[in-house]
Amino acid sequence: MGADFIIAAIITVVGLTTPILLAGIGELVVEKSGVLNLGVEGMMLTGAISGFAVTVITGNPWAGVIGAAIGGALASLLFAVLVLQLNSNQVATGLALTIFGTGLSSLLGLSFTGRIVAPFLSVFPASLSADPILKVIFGYSPIVYFALLMVPLTAWFLKSTRAGLILRAVGENDLSAHSIGYSVRRVRYAAIAFGGAMAGIGGCYFSLVITPMWAEKMTAGRGWIALALVVFAGWRMGRLLAGAYFFGILMALELYAKASGFSFLPSQFWAAMPYIMTVVALSFISSRGTAGANAPACLGKPFLPST
Amino acid sequence: MTSLSPMEESLSPRLELSGITKRFPGVLANDHVSFSVLPGEIHALLGENGAGKSTLVKMIYGIMQPDSGEIRWNGERIIVVNPKAARKLGIGMVFQHFSLFEAMTVLENIALGMDAKIPARDLEARIVAVMSQYGLMLEPHRIVSTLSVGERQRIEIVRALLLNPNLLIMDEPTSVLTPQEVEQLFVVLRQLAKEGCSILYISHKLHEIKALCDTATILRGGKLVDTCDPSVETSRSMAEKMIGGNLKDIQRGAGRTFGEQKLVVKALNVPKDGPFGTALKGIGFSVKAGEIFGIAGVAGNGQNALLLALSGEVSAHDHHAITVGGAEVGHMSAKARRMMGMATVPEERNGHAAVPDFSLSDNAILTGRDRLGMVRGGMIDAAAAWTYAGEVIEAFAVKATGPGAFAESLSGGNLQKYIMGREIMQKPDVLVVSQPTWGVDAGAAAAIHQALVDLAAQGSAIVVISQDLDELLSLCDTLAVINEGRLSPSMKVADARIEEIGLLMGGIHGEGAAHAH
Amino acid sequence: MRIKLEKRREPSMLMLVATPVASVLVTMLIGIVVFDLIGIKGFRAVVDIFLSPLLASYKWQDVAVKAAPLVIIALGLAVGNRAQVWNIGAEGQYVIGALCAAGVAIGFGTIGGPVVVVLMVAAGILGGAAWAAIPAWLRTRFSVNEILSSLMLTYVALQVLSYLVGGPWKDPNGRNFPASAPLGDGQTLPVLFAGSTVHLGVAVAIVLPFVFWYLMKRSVFGFQVRVVGSAPNAARHGGFDGKQTIWLALIISGGMAGLAGSMEFAGVLHKIDLGFPSGYGFTAIIVSFLGRLNPIGCLIAGIVLAVTYVGGQMAQTTVHIPNSTAGIFQAMMLFFILASDILVRYRIRLVPSAPQLVAGE
Repeated sequence: MGADFIIAAIITVVGLTTPILLAGIGELVVEKSGVLNLGVEGMMLTGAISGFAVTVITGNPWAGVIGAAIGGALASLLFAVLVLQLNSNQVATGLALTIFGTGLSSLLGLSFTGRIVAPFLSVFPASLSADPILKVIFGYSPIVYFALLMVPLTAWFLKSTRAGLILRAVGENDLSAHSIGYSVRRVRYAAIAFGGAMAGIGGCYFSLVITPMWAEKMTAGRGWIALALVVFAGWRMGRLLAGAYFFGILMALELYAKASGFSFLPSQFWAAMPYIMTVVALSFISSRGTAGANAPACLGKPFLPST
Repeated sequence: MTSLSPMEESLSPRLELSGITKRFPGVLANDHVSFSVLPGEIHALLGENGAGKSTLVKMIYGIMQPDSGEIRWNGERIIVVNPKAARKLGIGMVFQHFSLFEAMTVLENIALGMDAKIPARDLEARIVAVMSQYGLMLEPHRIVSTLSVGERQRIEIVRALLLNPNLLIMDEPTSVLTPQEVEQLFVVLRQLAKEGCSILYISHKLHEIKALCDTATILRGGKLVDTCDPSVETSRSMAEKMIGGNLKDIQRGAGRTFGEQKLVVKALNVPKDGPFGTALKGIGFSVKAGEIFGIAGVAGNGQNALLLALSGEVSAHDHHAITVGGAEVGHMSAKARRMMGMATVPEERNGHAAVPDFSLSDNAILTGRDRLGMVRGGMIDAAAAWTYAGEVIEAFAVKATGPGAFAESLSGGNLQKYIMGREIMQKPDVLVVSQPTWGVDAGAAAAIHQALVDLAAQGSAIVVISQDLDELLSLCDTLAVINEGRLSPSMKVADARIEEIGLLMGGIHGEGAAHAH
Repeated sequence: MRIKLEKRREPSMLMLVATPVASVLVTMLIGIVVFDLIGIKGFRAVVDIFLSPLLASYKWQDVAVKAAPLVIIALGLAVGNRAQVWNIGAEGQYVIGALCAAGVAIGFGTIGGPVVVVLMVAAGILGGAAWAAIPAWLRTRFSVNEILSSLMLTYVALQVLSYLVGGPWKDPNGRNFPASAPLGDGQTLPVLFAGSTVHLGVAVAIVLPFVFWYLMKRSVFGFQVRVVGSAPNAARHGGFDGKQTIWLALIISGGMAGLAGSMEFAGVLHKIDLGFPSGYGFTAIIVSFLGRLNPIGCLIAGIVLAVTYVGGQMAQTTVHIPNSTAGIFQAMMLFFILASDILVRYRIRLVPSAPQLVAGE
């Protein structure tokens, strides 16, 4: 196990982590505003296909990423209208969004099946991005840097800006925020759309970077892992980053275990591992009484002002 | 508008309401209400729960819009579209139920109440200035959930004062304060009025209005009854206007005697439930057959935890902590305790004592199914529940369309009567009720009080947990005060002094309270 | 004019029944418009998907066979959802149920007979219930959200399936495809009508809704589930144990999913391969909501969804729409039913817009 191996491992982990990190950042903001959107998987799939379609049509992966963000955000607005305007049950509506996103992406994907785009890889000069050592810093898709940049940016937004303060207030006590005069619905629309855009970008990482093609259900349940990640992180951005890498390492282990043929255990064991570990990790986090203390008090509850 | 003095007449009103009307489905909350508030005036808005006071001020503050009528501000007609617009005009409001964010700091809470964007450092300096000017001390970086109720109210007041208001609306500000905290609040309000700020003070407490206010507008059933000068009125005359002469005295049987001990609570400890809960520490008291035992205290001092511990919804784990009629029930479930003769009525009607979207008949099944034999072989006898619900409706004069009516379709007072009836007609040996008349109109409150007295006369032991000291003093034989999860020694109501109770409510367990044993 | 919501004093029974019907109709209407827009004959497609299976009597048995697992799983999920316990891992419990039934069948080798079949189905129920008991234990012991854990366990169940049919249980005569050996004679569920595919499970799916309806309406357990879901604090006050409710809700819904899985295996497919998980566990979520969490409603909604499955396959050949279209229609029905929920508790009024004057010029 030399330096080559370590560098390759780091690159693998970073790649596997990026989609769940992006979707997790988005969902954390959504949940901080008091809304539980279980439709992450559906929004990621919508983002995956819209990002891929735009890239095929325009030939420009940057446009594709923007397309993915818009696709994810539009899908999330369906959820937003139902939940915010019609007070529908958030759990059921989130599930509906996942089912819908799965079906819609397959339908939209029909005319793109079998097509391939150039993978959206590093934009740094080859002297950096292909360097056997430096590629550990410069060898990633721009989406990776965007995800890493969004961690401190979103943390700063939530903690130090007035808009972030209002967003947290809406998630903490929607009726009070309403009585002071903030528009609870407007804040939540914005948060949900942001969550959708981030999930969409996370989804297009699959279709533009990991395997630069479209395949049905290609996000393979990562949207659900992103949801678990937010609980795991206790709604804190720093822990979200750490948690995303923890899950990224688990998923990388699966790949390495399969590749190196740990034949004493079936490959299915390793494939199931990230899901089993997610459940185990949630058990550790959830059983600690303090974990819930940082949860937004209005999470998942409908907003019912008396006027 | 009769009793304005010549000096006040020379001033033009700051706020003028004329013909304000607001209708909700099934209720006329405000019916052509008109009055005015002068600069520097402390103006009381007096009325019972449900008289329409809160609705009225919500319209002044822009939370709701009137269906008809005019609001004038310094003579100009205005429409207050939202609270932000109200604050822009110079109207501040302190809510009865604080609009605070528990998990955030004092500073963040105040910043959220400010419309203009002020850098955190400047804001902190301004907050400190306002606090020292009015003697409202607070630590800006404390998390709100760690503060007492009085301190939380100070945040609301500071938040309102930072806007330099010309009119400050206070909605039932003293309902959660100790008598001593009330005095401190009055000092601040008088200072504000002297500086020219008008204050609209909502309350149903007559002695406070006499002590503080220049003018009182009295509402009853959504209509304006009178505008008067509290200093020339007596408490009795204002009470009559407020209640409309419907108040019946509670009929107690003469020569009441107590029987054997029915409920004994000894060293009851319960850890706190969640980060914002209150732990119970060594609670001890006993209630005899025929006795009504009152538990006074400011909101949030463990009343809720005590009710849950007594009902069995939270287990005490200790057999000996609670005995009912000599049997140890501390370890028993809510269901088992009910079979032992213990009934409870929690404070929250909708969603705790009753299921809002269930029929009254189904709500009878909720607590009566075992004691009243409504279950056979795991199946529910719906006809028996229907009959029982009908009996309760009849006996307690509940206004409802019948046993099939949904609990949420009843008014607060009628639902409370139904819930009380549901428990009382199960003939419990011990009945524990929390806030039995909270948000209930005077007629229903009197009926509920009478029912409690009658049940006691039949030999049941009754515990009344209430924040309304007047209610306890008029209803109970014995009294104790709960503060931060501890219960004071019991005292005979006949011997109790109001100042002592006040000190106990404020957490002072010193000499003043010592001789109450 | 703007729209104003006004809370009804009591939920509207009319809307409770009318909104699911309207949801299906609106979905059909939108389907016509959208298909026309993307260049497919919309009217024909919608007729094929929603009506043709009902008009062609030879398709009825397909509908019945498809509806059976949907109805059975949805019955269990409806109990959980009423108690606000969200089991979304029915697909995994369905798979584990089928695997347990297969395990029993393999254990008996070539021995068949009613006893073996009953044991297979019983094993399926127990297996599904046990798989759902894991989220119940995690929720009551460690406060783990059952939505996430039950779903994660579905992915684990799929790997268990893949391992078993690709390894220990692989059919030695199966040309090396990962699939179990076909069930022997006497190990399959009997068919109700000779020469049809309608198996005993269809009868079970017709009877069970009425059993569930009676229990939910009349039993203390049904009352408990309704109170816990509607007002958890009131349930606690009434002496109902919240943890017990979570256990029961998950075990019942898991058991039902396991029952459906074992009957699909023993009654329809007779072997298990990687294509066995067909999404019934997820579609049943839609069925339970479209049926308004009412057992009889689940029966009707299960038939509606089965029609769209069968019709979707028919439309694939007639108007050449992709397989995923039926999924979109199903999701749309769920969206509309959730969107119209509000009509049950509120009435919608049009009121004149409020004047937008700003205070204090």
